[in-house]
Amino acid sequence: MKDSNKIFFNCNEANHTCDKTQYREASVWEKIKLNIHLLYCRACREYTKNNTRLTKLMNGKEVKVMPTPEKENLQKAFERKLQDHE
Amino acid sequence: MIILSYFYSSKLALMPEHIIDPNKWIDSYSDYLYNYTITRVSDREIAQDLVQDTFFAGLKSMKNFKGEASERTWLVSILKRKIIDHYRKINSNKGKAEVRISYNTDSETEGDWLEERVADQFDRTAEDNLENEELGLAIHNCIEKLPEKQATVFKLKTLLGHETEAICNELNITPSNLWVILHRARTAMAECLKHNWF
Repeated sequence: MKDSNKIFFNCNEANHTCDKTQYREASVWEKIKLNIHLLYCRACREYTKNNTRLTKLMNGKEVKVMPTPEKENLQKAFERKLQDHE
Repeated sequence: MIILSYFYSSKLALMPEHIIDPNKWIDSYSDYLYNYTITRVSDREIAQDLVQDTFFAGLKSMKNFKGEASERTWLVSILKRKIIDHYRKINSNKGKAEVRISYNTDSETEGDWLEERVADQFDRTAEDNLENEELGLAIHNCIEKLPEKQATVFKLKTLLGHETEAICNELNITPSNLWVILHRARTAMAECLKHNWF
C-alpha cells in the first residue's frame, strides 16, 4: 500500500480524486492530498475549478429529468403504440 | 470540383436532411421535452402526460415529418401545441371553483395586514426563470451530444444521484471503469457548457 501513502499525487490521481469529491465520495486523506497537489499544479487547479462549477450548475433545481419509473412506464406505453402503428 | 459540388447539391436536394426513427425517441428526447414542459406547467404529472401525448401524436403524424428540421425541433413544435391546448382547457374550467382569499373585505382597514404591505423580495423575477429554463435546456443539449454510455452514466450519477455500486451492477462495469467514463463525460460537459455558462 505504498501508493496510497505518498503525499504527492500525479495529475491523473488528482483528477480522479477531484471527480470523487464532486459526489462526496473522497476520503479526508484524499482531499488533503488533492489540495497539496493543487498548490503547485496549475492545470489541475483549472480542472477543479471547472468541475466544481459544473457540479453547481447540475445541482441547481432548474435541471429536471423524468423520474426513472415514470420513464419506464412511458417507454412501455410507447412501445405498445409503436407495435399498433406498424 | 464543380462536378463534385454539383453532385453534392443534387444529392442533398433528393435526400431529406433528417430522418425519423421513433425507436430512440424516449431515450433521446424525453428529458429534454420534460424539462421544457415543466418550466411551463410546473406540475410533474401534467408535464408527464403532455410529454406522453406529444410522443403519441408524433408517432401518429410521422408521415408529415418532412425532414427540414431535426426530430427534436419537430417534437417540440408538437409539444408547444399540447401546452397551449392544456392551458385552453384549464382556462375554460375557470370560475367554476374559484376561491378568492383576502385578508380583509372592509375597505377602510385595507392594507393593515403586514403581509399586504411588505414587498416580496424573494419573489423570483421572470428573467430569473427564463435563465434557469435556458440552463436546463442547455444542459440537456450537452448531454445529448455525449456518447451513449457516457450520457447514461452521467445522468444516473449526477442527475438521479444513484450510488456508484448500484450503477456498476446495473451496467455491469467496474468502479474504476465508471470513474473513467464519468471523467470523460464531465470534461466534455464542461467544455460544452463553457461558452455560455462558465
